[in-house]
Amino acid sequence: MRREHEVSPVARHPRLAEVDQPGFFLREFPLQTVLRDDGTADPAEVPLADADLVMLYRWMVLNRALDERMITLQRQGRIGFYIGSIGEEATIFGTAAGVETRDWIFPCYREHGAALLRGLPLVTYLCDLFGNARDVMKGRQMPCHEAWRPGRFASISSPIATQIPHAVGAAWAARLKGDDMVALAYFGDGATSAHDFHTGLNFAALRKIPVIFACRNNGWAISVPRERQTAAETLAQKALAYGMHGERVDGNDLLAVLNATRRARARAAAGEGPTLLECVTYRLEGHSTSDDPRAYRPADLVETWKRKDPLLRMRRFLLRRGALDEAADAKLRDEVREELQRALREAEAFPPKPPLETLFEDVYAEPLRQQREQLRELEAAVAADPRVGNPRHAGT
Amino acid sequence: MPTMNVIQAVNDALRVAMRQDPDVVVLGEDVGRFGGVFRATQGLYDEFGADRVIDTPLAEGGIVGTAVGMALYGLRPVSEIQFADFIFPAFDQIVNEVAKYRYRSGGQYACPLVIRAPYGGGIRGGHYHSQSPEAHFIHTAGLKVVVPSNPHDAKGLLLASIRDPDPVIFFEPKRVYRAAKGEVPEGDYVEPLGKARVTRPGTQATVIAWGAMWHEADQAAREAAAEGLDCEVIDLRSLQPLDLDALVQSVSRTGRAIVVHEAPRTCGFGAELSALLQERCFLHLEAPVRRVTGFDTPFPYTLENEYLPRAPRILQAIREVVSY
Ligand SMILES: Cc1ncc(C[n+]2csc(CCOP(=O)(O)OP(=O)(O)O)c2C)c(N)n1
Ligand SMILES: [Mg+2]
Repeated sequence: MRREHEVSPVARHPRLAEVDQPGFFLREFPLQTVLRDDGTADPAEVPLADADLVMLYRWMVLNRALDERMITLQRQGRIGFYIGSIGEEATIFGTAAGVETRDWIFPCYREHGAALLRGLPLVTYLCDLFGNARDVMKGRQMPCHEAWRPGRFASISSPIATQIPHAVGAAWAARLKGDDMVALAYFGDGATSAHDFHTGLNFAALRKIPVIFACRNNGWAISVPRERQTAAETLAQKALAYGMHGERVDGNDLLAVLNATRRARARAAAGEGPTLLECVTYRLEGHSTSDDPRAYRPADLVETWKRKDPLLRMRRFLLRRGALDEAADAKLRDEVREELQRALREAEAFPPKPPLETLFEDVYAEPLRQQREQLRELEAAVAADPRVGNPRHAGT
Repeated sequence: MPTMNVIQAVNDALRVAMRQDPDVVVLGEDVGRFGGVFRATQGLYDEFGADRVIDTPLAEGGIVGTAVGMALYGLRPVSEIQFADFIFPAFDQIVNEVAKYRYRSGGQYACPLVIRAPYGGGIRGGHYHSQSPEAHFIHTAGLKVVVPSNPHDAKGLLLASIRDPDPVIFFEPKRVYRAAKGEVPEGDYVEPLGKARVTRPGTQATVIAWGAMWHEADQAAREAAAEGLDCEVIDLRSLQPLDLDALVQSVSRTGRAIVVHEAPRTCGFGAELSALLQERCFLHLEAPVRRVTGFDTPFPYTLENEYLPRAPRILQAIREVVSY
């Protein structure tokens, strides 16, 4: 009989010897694609009715127009910062549309599209970007750090990967309460190096928590390319070590992402555990408005990916399928532009600053004594000198 | 002497240290080929190569944890944390490992490393690109904490930190990274840790500040002078070790002290300075020691200039303290 302290020989998988061979994991975790280059798709793989497909396409168009417009606004100094998802729309809308509306979303900072899909009004989102008097976050967070509780869209923080264990905990709680809720966690390729990624996946796999770990592998963590983030060939294979299911999907293919998400959701809801879903996409723009990728990224690489633009691919598919024609597409784009313009006008009309007292609210359920005193102190300072709060009169 | 801004001075210090000592390596996110998101390590990768200018995975615990091992083995690592706000994933390594290694090994081992991090607000960065977490680290015995306000000190203090036998947390005032310019000596020099600098002599009150807030304190003192109020301004530069003699000497003379910092007031370093000053200068004090600080809230976005203890609020405090 084997004694407890004896190390048992590792059961060697017959193919384990191949693991070291380049390409092994790329083959084991093949990139799943539905949309072919010629705009066709296997009808069995088309998950939605035409009207719904067009609706999702419209969301992607809106999201793109929004991102482009906000980058311009930032350059004009009308908003302080922006971080968009240009090129990653299929990953975001495919995953968000692939879960149920009762499912919670634990976002990173590029998934405002998922919040909009969940009903965050465009005007509200724009107010959040301005940090103005109508901002739901009361002007406390920098742009693109929204939270939208009515849409079960959790609050975004900048520190990378912190939301991953939160998603696990929420899904765990739902299971304890007997609810059919699957949590969807978003994060980037860079986040897979963070300890919270490890913690979250380990906890979830161990307890078969119903979570979908949606990794937006957009090729870059600011200037660090995916190849210098981890020696692993794929990110999906990291699932193996935790004892969970992993898949790699073409993140610029709305239908492939949607299908993979639905499968992951079904598995999670059936008690079969979490899934690590690596969505292979590309960050076509800089990391954020603070970044100029020309300093570290060859332009031809970007051109290659521009040809795989998720909007172009979906458009080609819809046109070929006859779900959309050129005129309808042009009309849809016009509508989106107008919708954006209207929302922008409305949002910019609100007072630029939330009231002073909001600075001290929500730190605790009720402000503490010293916070009430500090509010009075600040009010007195502002009353005594209008320069308080006005950066133009500051030192340097 | 060449004129530089703070970020160029930091870059120059790293280059001087690396040329002079082959054991100095830098590591962090985006610091290698790209040269850092604030360009602090620009050009170092080309000069010193990938072995000494190391792009790490996105994991601050790793950036500090591996630096501990490097330091134990004889290197002089300089870790960059991209923003001070992201130092917390490494907090365990810093507080439980870096700070205690010498002590817990009975002095057999030491952990001489530097952790550089841009800190502070006023750049529209919201909660996570604005914080001033110095008090957490001053509160941890075993760490030195340094905060320069200008290019000359940034270079001299960083060079001293890299050569110091103890671990140093080096917070860089990112709001004035480019705005604060000044003459910086070429080549090698150090500014000793633990020495404050009186940047403006005065008689009626002592204003104590560091980093980006020194510029606000200086501005407030100039405005006060125009009103006939004569303030001394002290740039603390090194918070741990603290130049207590300089503070006691000044406040004993002026009889009034104002401490300025961006961090929240409760348990901010101003609380410690206030306690020390009333312990050491009690009979000289003409007014309670005043703190002009950030408030007890997370760092806000839209109202960041209301939150920050900028010159107008410092000026009000000067008037109040002098007329107490
Ligand atoms: C803990 C932490 N460290 C560093 C940063 C600075 N930072 C912001 S985004 C980013 C790269 C993230 O890359 P990835 O996870 O791939 O997401 P992407 O931005 O590509 O969507 C870094 C290093 C941060 N926000 N949090
Ligand atoms: Mg990425």
